[in-house]
Amino acid sequence: MGEQLLGLVTGIIFGLLLQKGRVLRFDKQVAAMRFKDMTILKFMMSAILVGMVGVYALSDLGVITLNHKAMNLGGVVIGGLLFGAGWAVMGYCPGTSVGAVAEGRWHAIFAVAGMIIGAALYAEAYPLLLNTVLAWKDFGKISLPESLHISHWVVIPVFCAGTLGLFAWFEKKQL
Amino acid sequence: MKWRTEDGAWNPYFAGALVGVLAIASVLATTAWTPKTMFLGASTTFVRAAGMLENTVAPEHVAANAYYTKEKVKFDWQFLFVTGIFIGALVSSLTSGSFKLESVPPTWEARFGKSIGKRALGAVAGGAVAMFGARLADGCPSGHGLSGLMQLSLSGFVAMAMFFGAGMLVARFFYKES
Repeated sequence: MGEQLLGLVTGIIFGLLLQKGRVLRFDKQVAAMRFKDMTILKFMMSAILVGMVGVYALSDLGVITLNHKAMNLGGVVIGGLLFGAGWAVMGYCPGTSVGAVAEGRWHAIFAVAGMIIGAALYAEAYPLLLNTVLAWKDFGKISLPESLHISHWVVIPVFCAGTLGLFAWFEKKQL
Repeated sequence: MKWRTEDGAWNPYFAGALVGVLAIASVLATTAWTPKTMFLGASTTFVRAAGMLENTVAPEHVAANAYYTKEKVKFDWQFLFVTGIFIGALVSSLTSGSFKLESVPPTWEARFGKSIGKRALGAVAGGAVAMFGARLADGCPSGHGLSGLMQLSLSGFVAMAMFFGAGMLVARFFYKES
């Protein structure tokens, strides 16, 4: 029960911030893909920068354990491309779709329905994919610094500087 | 750059940074109070929702399915997290006057007209393809994007490049200026 309550409270705060940042909008998501309005990228990359410093500091202190998703070549590349293509047409990602319905953009209910159908289809296709696409090559649960054999405290400042440069460019171009 | 725009929206850098703080707090809280550390994510919940719906008509089929067995069809932390997104967005939009009933989004209408049927078809088909892809990739812009890049996961970098690469390409042709 504690686990569910914690998830609910975290979700409520997340939903509130998504709504305040205006990233739940179909038009904002599609505009980012068309390089017309980078609101969702500004929002997302800001969260990543702050989170990255905190999460790595806590991990180095031994307070938390990082949990990487496996770099399965076929899965991440083909799955990622399929996701991107569907995302452009649907105009929402899984997390924002439910928030969009809550904002009154009720047509997002079709996106939610489509995603439940997609999940059901994946469950049926899973055994076949496990022996084909997912069996090609798996680099395992690894981070970028680990794969480059350098300290994460070298990668983090570089990543932060690059992202801040990107933000400066967005503001200059008024994206 | 403004902290708030005329319509009451928060600066996206500021709201995003607060999500970063929330992500750190959530990782700490789940490490302390639940059996395992939880990073933010959303797409597995759609698998559980599909399993729950199928359970009402064919429970044996769900029980025999390898993927449902792997992901466990239950109301877990993430299911309630996604439910929370709905509640948070509802409260935030209703209290700020930004709640608005909309049947077709403006960008879509400019390209494909007012037809709700067309929008529904696009959303259902796009949604199905996107979720199939997200499960194959084992994550969406929350799991691979926010949580993956935050941890500098190799898979996060590759996934985000694929998400945005394919998204930009398809959006470019799909919504081309008429």
